[in-house]
Amino acid sequence: MLAYVVAVWLLVVGIVGIVTSRHLVHLVLCITVTQSSTYVLLLAVGFRENGTGRAPIFADLPPGTPVVDPIVQALTLTDVVVEATVTALLLALTVQVAKRFGTVDPDELGALRG
Amino acid sequence: MSRLARTRLVAVTVLLAGLGGLLVAALAEQPAPDAPPPPSAKLSTSVVVHERHATNVVAGVTFDLRSLDTLGEELILFAAAGGVSLLLRGQRKEQEAAQARERADARRQELPAAVRATAAILVGPLLVFGAYIVSHGQLTPGGGFQGGVIIAAVLLLAYAGGQMLAAGGLDPTKLLEALHALGAAAFALVGLAGLIFGGVALVNVVALGVSGQLLSTGTILILEVVVGIEVAAAIALIFSELLDQALLRGS
Repeated sequence: MLAYVVAVWLLVVGIVGIVTSRHLVHLVLCITVTQSSTYVLLLAVGFRENGTGRAPIFADLPPGTPVVDPIVQALTLTDVVVEATVTALLLALTVQVAKRFGTVDPDELGALRG
Repeated sequence: MSRLARTRLVAVTVLLAGLGGLLVAALAEQPAPDAPPPPSAKLSTSVVVHERHATNVVAGVTFDLRSLDTLGEELILFAAAGGVSLLLRGQRKEQEAAQARERADARRQELPAAVRATAAILVGPLLVFGAYIVSHGQLTPGGGFQGGVIIAAVLLLAYAGGQMLAAGGLDPTKLLEALHALGAAAFALVGLAGLIFGGVALVNVVALGVSGQLLSTGTILILEVVVGIEVAAAIALIFSELLDQALLRGS
């Protein structure tokens, strides 16, 4: 249950950070905080409480041992990779914005310029 | 605080309160913590362990049961690294960049010897560690994505240590680009091999071997290595593009 609360907290804190951000790099990092709530959520969905689920690695477990849900763990892996690429792309865009407009304050970038 | 910012804050507070209410309602719908796991969890575990001979079920799910998704994921990485290159290289003049790199090279010689020595010492062991993580992903925690990032960090260390590949007459960026494309293409080719020899794209058509041994699990191991190459090249490419920007700015 605590994990779900942490996921919600990360989501809300990330969104507040995005909205109040005064710097594009800060904004990109807030997006990663928001997205990290999905890792906690996914892992919490697969977790088995009271120690009834081991890590899904059968190198040293007898076959048939109850383990946590491996599918959500694989989804989390995909999630991490996608976040890394999105962050890289957004930071590259930030570099371009800084060059072209001379500012990285989202509020000053409000108006469209041709 | 400007009026715009204040209005925005009020709007967000209202929306987040609404979102919070919905999330709490969603939590109430969660199955009890001691409820039995969904059938998919048990089924995927038993398929990966007994029919694919992999002991790391997460790797088995990623590179076999969900390998089509992983192909898409790898193409996302491929497109993003390409996009970063396009965005950052488009406006930079090659000559300027080369000059900035030369100046940076000269400056790097002034780095404390201890820093350069530490970086150089770590290159070898970390490269072995990265290769180990990539190649043992089907047995123990790890895999192509995790090991690939470690190898990308090794490339950065090599840069910090002053052992640039360029010294050997190789342009590291060109090499990285080639590996990057090779990794993405190889994944698609493994998929095609499944289509030709097994009738289904990305189906596991290679001999599965003995569970628990290094050379086992067929295409899971092959795809891990392919993804390791792709990830290492793509991450190193992104690093080097962003690093070039810093060098251009610093000069």
